[in-house]
Amino acid sequence: MTIYLDHAATTPMRPSVVQAFAEALPVVGNPSSIHSQGQAAKRMLEEAREAVAASVGADSVEITFTSGGTEAINLGIKGLYWARNSSGVERRRIVVAQAEHHATIDAVEWMRTHEGAVLDWIPVDALGRIDVDYVREALADDVALVSMLWANNEVGTLQPVSEVAELAKAVGVPVHVDAVSALGYVPIDFHAAGVAALSVSAHKIGGPVGVGALVIARSASVTPLIHGGSQQRARSGTMDAPGAVAFAAAAREATVALAEEAARLTVLRDELIAGVQAAVPEAVLRGDTENRLPGNAHFTFPGCEGDSLLFLLDVAGFSVSTGSACQAGVPEASHVLLAMGLDEPTARGALRISLGESTTADEVAQFVAALPGAVEQARAAGYSDRVTVLGH
Amino acid sequence: MKVLAAMSGGVDSAVAAARAVEAGHEVVGVHLALSRQPGTLRTGARGCCTIEDSMDAQRAANMIGIPYYVWDFSERFKLDVVDDFIAEYSAGRTPNPCMRCNERIKFAALLEKAVALGFDAVATGHYANIVEDENGNRELHRAAAWAKDQSYVLGVLTTEQLAHSMFPLGSTPSKAEIRAEAAERGFSVANKPDSHDICFIPDGNTRGWLADKVGAEQGEILDRNGEVLGKHEGAVAFTIGQRKGLNVGYPTDDGKPRFVLEIRPKTNEVVVGPREALALSEVAGTKFSWAGLDPLASGFISEPGASFECHVQVRAHSDPMPATARIAPATEGVDNVGDAKGPELIVRPHEPLIGVSPGQTAVLYVGTRVLGQCTIARTVSAVPVGV
Repeated sequence: MTIYLDHAATTPMRPSVVQAFAEALPVVGNPSSIHSQGQAAKRMLEEAREAVAASVGADSVEITFTSGGTEAINLGIKGLYWARNSSGVERRRIVVAQAEHHATIDAVEWMRTHEGAVLDWIPVDALGRIDVDYVREALADDVALVSMLWANNEVGTLQPVSEVAELAKAVGVPVHVDAVSALGYVPIDFHAAGVAALSVSAHKIGGPVGVGALVIARSASVTPLIHGGSQQRARSGTMDAPGAVAFAAAAREATVALAEEAARLTVLRDELIAGVQAAVPEAVLRGDTENRLPGNAHFTFPGCEGDSLLFLLDVAGFSVSTGSACQAGVPEASHVLLAMGLDEPTARGALRISLGESTTADEVAQFVAALPGAVEQARAAGYSDRVTVLGH
Repeated sequence: MKVLAAMSGGVDSAVAAARAVEAGHEVVGVHLALSRQPGTLRTGARGCCTIEDSMDAQRAANMIGIPYYVWDFSERFKLDVVDDFIAEYSAGRTPNPCMRCNERIKFAALLEKAVALGFDAVATGHYANIVEDENGNRELHRAAAWAKDQSYVLGVLTTEQLAHSMFPLGSTPSKAEIRAEAAERGFSVANKPDSHDICFIPDGNTRGWLADKVGAEQGEILDRNGEVLGKHEGAVAFTIGQRKGLNVGYPTDDGKPRFVLEIRPKTNEVVVGPREALALSEVAGTKFSWAGLDPLASGFISEPGASFECHVQVRAHSDPMPATARIAPATEGVDNVGDAKGPELIVRPHEPLIGVSPGQTAVLYVGTRVLGQCTIARTVSAVPVGV
């Protein structure tokens, strides 16, 4: 029986979501059609939009559904940048944190290469928290936008979103927040946060893959990436009503019981951390110990290659991760850990264990019991760049 | 046994993995990430370790029903294979990077990691056989499919490496049967072209790639008497025996074409001469190894240093030539530029070998058995200067 401890990569779809999704799938009607069937689909879609909006403290008009988190992030960054540069005033600087997800890093790098954007990287400290003082210094009218995470997807560190938003507001710079890994685990209040745009994704909270949203403040302006029938405020394309319904069902469930579930996960996570540190004393917990996602535990194991550990644990029946799953299957030292100041060998020994709604105390205990043997064997295998004994 | 199937994404390693499963082993597929720029697709038979190869390997592993992982050896590959390739060419030698990869990556870095993680053997799609003698000693032999035989590039393996190696394709009489079997198994890679050339030089332009890495400066082309015949655009890109691209004028004095005889990287000179001057009566080197028992333990000689009869092969697909070999003790005063000190393996072909470069590997065979190999560091011309 495989134990799934990789909820940060994707989550099992909740049974209630599967049911809502399945009931919505056969409904005929394009939400943009004028006839009654179209209007019925439109009603389904708009109810979903309202539910998603409620889950993040936004108004439904502020929700633009996307194909997922990556599209939302691309729309947030590129859309804000282009809108900020559409009035004749040149604002080329993007102030962005070093330890962002690849969706952000690759999007801003593309903007640099193709659109002449100038990237101003916000350093992170040893815990993975962005340097607010740096942001304060960097902010000026020539900044197109600030982009940051709500919570780091690898090490789980919560970021000072409101502080940055306040600083940015003072100089009129919009802030985009990647909240993909935060939704459903920490309370998100879009209006209270005071940011211009916020990205979320359904499959991280028990919803289906292929649906996400960019929350765009009424006051913010975003230039669309995809052009066509103007079905939404910042995106064209026929609306995926069943996907939106499933997203709404997941968002509702994930946020209604958030406080209880977060408390339960925090207890499990702290058991896991204590268990790992007792079983493998040299393991180093990465990320902020207090201000972190309730389901996230992240360690480095000195002398171990993360992919050896992952292999051994997988064979033993545990699904875990070395970090972000988005690197084309090629294991590399995590840029997040490098940004936190770790050297490459240390960073290669990373393992992320992420708990979720389906996780039980028994699963955590089984993992803690299996870990020391795997660590010992992985350490014997050493780093893959070590000098070989065989050969001549 | 617990077997790690090294899966390149090609048809051979896919079938090898499937056969290892059917032989009753517990098999895990592993694709080696050797390039730090994997974001490309293959074009025909060129390129390696691309996203496409990784996806093909994973697809085959899924169809076989085995777990699949990607392990990163790009750093070791760069150090042991790519940098070594550049250094060897820069020193005027002609290395074989595939042999180096087998020696240092597939059957060293990968094998060591596999053994440490609980595997008993590494299986690959190489065409070669492992045979055990009556005492359980492992011998490396040519594959049944003579045309596809890859025992040459495995000639670098040592007893320890052979002990954990598995070649499930060795007994298949032809590649066509492997492709047919792959098609029958429904593998998408059944008709994927064979890979050729050097995997880390995707466009196949070795000369251009080398010029990029080590720089190319104009130098002189000399004959064997030191007379300048012309100019070249960089000595490192030449190989011994090369005829094309010399630009020394035609016809030559004696009306015969000129071939590269020697490369002198230090002075950036290329020495050319007639084809006869390429003939070698002896090749030797101090970097040698035995793929299993050595000649004495195998009973080919009765005392250390004695000569034995064998066949020598100097390229992956050249014909084996009858030869006499022996190990000369270090005391005979070997003075090989770039070679290690120590006993030297000396191979004398019965007929002269044509166009062999230092850096190439001489693999010794007795019948179908691979006895061992030596990196050629020293050669003796069969024809004196002036002939």
